[in-house]
Amino acid sequence: MGVLLEVENLTTEFVTRGGVVRAADGVSWDVGEGETVALVGESGCGKSVSALSIMRLVAPPAGRIVGGRVLFKGRDLLALSDEAMRQIRGREIAMIFQEPMTSLNPVLSIGRQLTEGLEIHLGITPREARQRAGELLAMVGIPDSERRLGQYPHQFSGGMRQRMMIAMALACNPSLILADEPTTALDVTIQAQILELMKDLSRRLAVAMLIITHNLGVVARYADRVNVMYAGRIVERGTARELYANPRHPYTLGLLRSVPRLDEPRRARLDPIEGQPPDLTRLGAGCAFAPRCAFQVARCAVERPRLVPIGGGGHVSACWEAANLDRAVARSGAAT
Amino acid sequence: MNHDAPLLDVRNLVKHFHVGGGLFGGRAGVVRAVDDVSFSIRRGETLGLVGESGCGKTTTGRCILQLERPTRGQIVFEGRDLTTLGEDELRPVRRKMQVIFQDPYSSLNPRMTVGQIIAEPLAVHGIVPDPAQRAARVRELLGHVGLLPQHARRYPHQLSGGQRQRVGIARALAVEPALIICDEPVSALDVSIQAQIINLLEDLQAQFGLTYLFVAHDLSVVRHISDRVAVMYLGKIVEITDRKSLYDAPLHPYTKALLSAVPIPDPALEAQRERVVLGGEVPSALNPPSGCVFHPRCPIAVDRCRGEVPELREIRPGHRAACILA
Repeated sequence: MGVLLEVENLTTEFVTRGGVVRAADGVSWDVGEGETVALVGESGCGKSVSALSIMRLVAPPAGRIVGGRVLFKGRDLLALSDEAMRQIRGREIAMIFQEPMTSLNPVLSIGRQLTEGLEIHLGITPREARQRAGELLAMVGIPDSERRLGQYPHQFSGGMRQRMMIAMALACNPSLILADEPTTALDVTIQAQILELMKDLSRRLAVAMLIITHNLGVVARYADRVNVMYAGRIVERGTARELYANPRHPYTLGLLRSVPRLDEPRRARLDPIEGQPPDLTRLGAGCAFAPRCAFQVARCAVERPRLVPIGGGGHVSACWEAANLDRAVARSGAAT
Repeated sequence: MNHDAPLLDVRNLVKHFHVGGGLFGGRAGVVRAVDDVSFSIRRGETLGLVGESGCGKTTTGRCILQLERPTRGQIVFEGRDLTTLGEDELRPVRRKMQVIFQDPYSSLNPRMTVGQIIAEPLAVHGIVPDPAQRAARVRELLGHVGLLPQHARRYPHQLSGGQRQRVGIARALAVEPALIICDEPVSALDVSIQAQIINLLEDLQAQFGLTYLFVAHDLSVVRHISDRVAVMYLGKIVEITDRKSLYDAPLHPYTKALLSAVPIPDPALEAQRERVVLGGEVPSALNPPSGCVFHPRCPIAVDRCRGEVPELREIRPGHRAACILA
């Protein structure tokens, strides 16, 4: 499996009233051909900004990409002309957003929104585009597609709109789809439908996917590899199986422990991560997670840890105590 | 058996909304948002009310608070039927029932400081008329919800989401309520903060003997916090029982599908798990299906389900479900 997308030291800054915020601070990660990779983290951790940066959709003057490279099929997207980038966007790399209603045009018919991209990117006739649009709707499980093409977004339910977004994303046969919280706004049973659909289509069409989410359950079921982000940086990465079975960053461990799980006996008390997420305008020299960390040592407050390999298989963690974490976990487990 | 009268007894609650038929057309119709719902909550208990958007769980909460006047049915709170009371008689009752909303940002006045927000109900209800004593009470309430005295001078936008929800909880606590309706109180919060707020709600319940109606769609959270759970679908309760029976031995096919749809944060387990993925979507409450409202999506429906409205009946002791096949 070749590497499709390689993000190297990507740094994106925003100017806010409180000062300059590094929303993505030197992040590096990659996606293989046909692979599903997750970026996991909480609000403000930089996961959405990473995706927007790849598409060069960070809005100036407040936001700008200040460093790094985004190699897509070997070409640096950050160095492309605006015109060349337009050829990539929507055609080679497509995006699915959390709230489909705000990313669809309310006054254009469903059919027109699908055919517009097809005509622009693929240079096909309106008649061919219309036929392809019908096929796409059928592919994402929208029945009665001829009639549906003439309808407008407000006539679709939330689940149907997200299916429509997936159809738009797949329209030009992209090799990568960036899905930013694709099911967060949907009900539980509809969420299951949409995720199964995305998984099935990505396999069948061999599309690689980057799923951006805060939901650890979604990640467990659908991602091959997982990147955990905190305060603009990746703090841990590994295959989904390795990361869940053997978390080696206190933040990953804290996230996994804080959620109640249906497959485990009910605990008397939940085990939250104490404290609040940091103010990104006031990050110190040390590890950003240190103030909330149960495992911190003196070094954590003054020196920021880098990602270092843990065992094999590409598992990396940015924690000074990573090597001792499993013993510490065993001890604290015995204590509770 | 507990022979004490329940704190809250909801009897055959019905709430219809009339839509359409106005100036700009649209066919007139009736949305059956809540359609004959009955349950009770004992003092000190937490009842979880789960279901998907549009199932009527929030409307049920609003009817209990008398923010919506029910179309039919009774809301018996501390022995009095609230549906028979006028606005003047309701005011003292409203003190006893508070609500915590999903989005703490939109439910806090951005122009008021945290101290003013928490002090307002104390002044409005005349609970603490003296300003100095009121300030002391605000500090005490901030302490109860894990905030510091200096937070009283801040504005909502200067707080994180979790801190804002703590302010919402302090405001609800200020009037010393008996019942708190928690309407999706953690679903807008980050994962690591959700657990903090749930622990806080449990601590406060133990400390002040509070009773909760916990409205939510997250089944894992509901299992953690609830003593009993009711599952709603399209305006009706389809299953209601104690926590253990519901999660260990669910009877209604909708409950089973909901439980199956919750992803588990363990890739090895997920790989082996069989999922019941429901087809279709929740039908419109404007035109609900005949018979059992769940039948068009039900994986085990038979012909009879189309014609017969299933009664919510006791299938095992203390465990009721509305399914003819249960």
